[in-house]
Amino acid sequence: MSGGMNGDYLRRSSLRFDLSALVRRSVATLYSHLVTRPTGQALRLGIESQIGELGEVCLSVLDFGQVAVIDFSCADEIVAKLIRRFAADERPCDAYFIARGLGEFHRETVDYVLARQGLALVAETADARVELIGDVDDVGRQAFAALESARRARLDALSQALAAPRDDVHAVAERLVQQRVVLYDSSTREYVSLRALLEELG
Amino acid sequence: MEERTFDELVGAVSDLQEERVLLDANRLRWVDPYGMTGLLAIGTWLRRRGHKPSLRLPDNTDVTSYLSRMDFYRHAAEAFTEVHGQGRQARPGGSDVLLEITPIRSHGDVHAVVDRVQERAGTILTTQLHYSRSAAVQFSVILSEVCQNIIEHAQSDGWVATQTYHWKERLGRKVVAIAVMDLGIGFRGSLSSEHGTRFADRWSDATALESAFLSGYSRFSDPGRGQGLQQIRRVVARWEGRVTIRSGTARIADVPAWDERTPLQRNLPPFPGAQIGMVLPAAVPEAQTTGEVEAHEKATGRR
Repeated sequence: MSGGMNGDYLRRSSLRFDLSALVRRSVATLYSHLVTRPTGQALRLGIESQIGELGEVCLSVLDFGQVAVIDFSCADEIVAKLIRRFAADERPCDAYFIARGLGEFHRETVDYVLARQGLALVAETADARVELIGDVDDVGRQAFAALESARRARLDALSQALAAPRDDVHAVAERLVQQRVVLYDSSTREYVSLRALLEELG
Repeated sequence: MEERTFDELVGAVSDLQEERVLLDANRLRWVDPYGMTGLLAIGTWLRRRGHKPSLRLPDNTDVTSYLSRMDFYRHAAEAFTEVHGQGRQARPGGSDVLLEITPIRSHGDVHAVVDRVQERAGTILTTQLHYSRSAAVQFSVILSEVCQNIIEHAQSDGWVATQTYHWKERLGRKVVAIAVMDLGIGFRGSLSSEHGTRFADRWSDATALESAFLSGYSRFSDPGRGQGLQQIRRVVARWEGRVTIRSGTARIADVPAWDERTPLQRNLPPFPGAQIGMVLPAAVPEAQTTGEVEAHEKATGRR
């Protein structure tokens, strides 16, 4: 049995904010035994192909709920290389990612391959929360949690929520944006939680 | 026949000039996955060097039956020019066999290994070794990574085998033994072009092993490479297990508290490729003594 992916483009609903005309959502459902680099590479190319068809801005859900085994090599090829490519300055488009259905050990595997390369990913938890996995320090996690509560917030509001100097919070928030775990909406000057964005996309 | 006797056997045959070589296993009383795959590796190596190696099978029926369950004879027919003796036939597999001797030649073989182990190992690891379900998944990941090591770095075929057995005297509990062997370019050969120059005249089998095993060096410049061995070490350490890698003339090891071996051995008899051995003990609560483990296993019918 080999690993694989089902791609289905879900409803492209209108959003209630300025990004609605741009953001599209895709779901990549991964399944079975995700082992070896060639398997991971093939799946990543499939996901990139999906994303390429969606437009300028895309929020992609990587669903691991049906994955029995994922090894480090395959996780590196699928997740780390995908995120690295779309976090680079020369990225093909603006894509953001949320992991879903990561079991305890899969989470540890993905966390490891991301952390050693300075990458991060938003992951849904079993109790319907979201968390950051990968290379994120405590300050970054606090800023992320504050934004999760607010769903979207300007820098001043975020600074107030964290009770921290504006410049410090700005540096932390920009780092999260650079890691593609938070979206910055330049039209409203707000930082936007990816989960909030996903919920609004329906 | 296990890790230590493998070294002795390599030393005994490494300088032979005769064309015909007989490996006499007639008095062999015990063999583990490392010993079995080691015999295949030595036979294949001798053939590559122009010898005509033959193997005399053990006379002990327990050993021959076990070799049969591990599917040894089929592979021995390829590794040796002749196999003498009566191998007791048993159906491959059994309650102690997690994975029969399996050649690794492609990524497809790695998928087959994971599929087979996932089917079989879950029950054995959870009921006999008291591992959690997620630990059983980790076991598959370890096998996957270590087998990929052959394809990615050895530039040669290899074998993998794994089995459970009871280390009654040594550890007082069951263990899983894993052996992965190849006859490829070895760690020194794999890393030389990328990392050899920085070590200058200190570059050796031992420094190559240290670079890969301790520091995660890889011959690939991709930042995602070099993590497989690091992860194997981490998981094995979590289970208080032992992992050793022999390559060329050196062997490096993560040595748990229950073992007494040297972490780094140099000047071993030279042998091509890489030979990896792992021993993963059954999980037990820290407070349990050996006696308590045995009593528990007896009471639960696990012995």
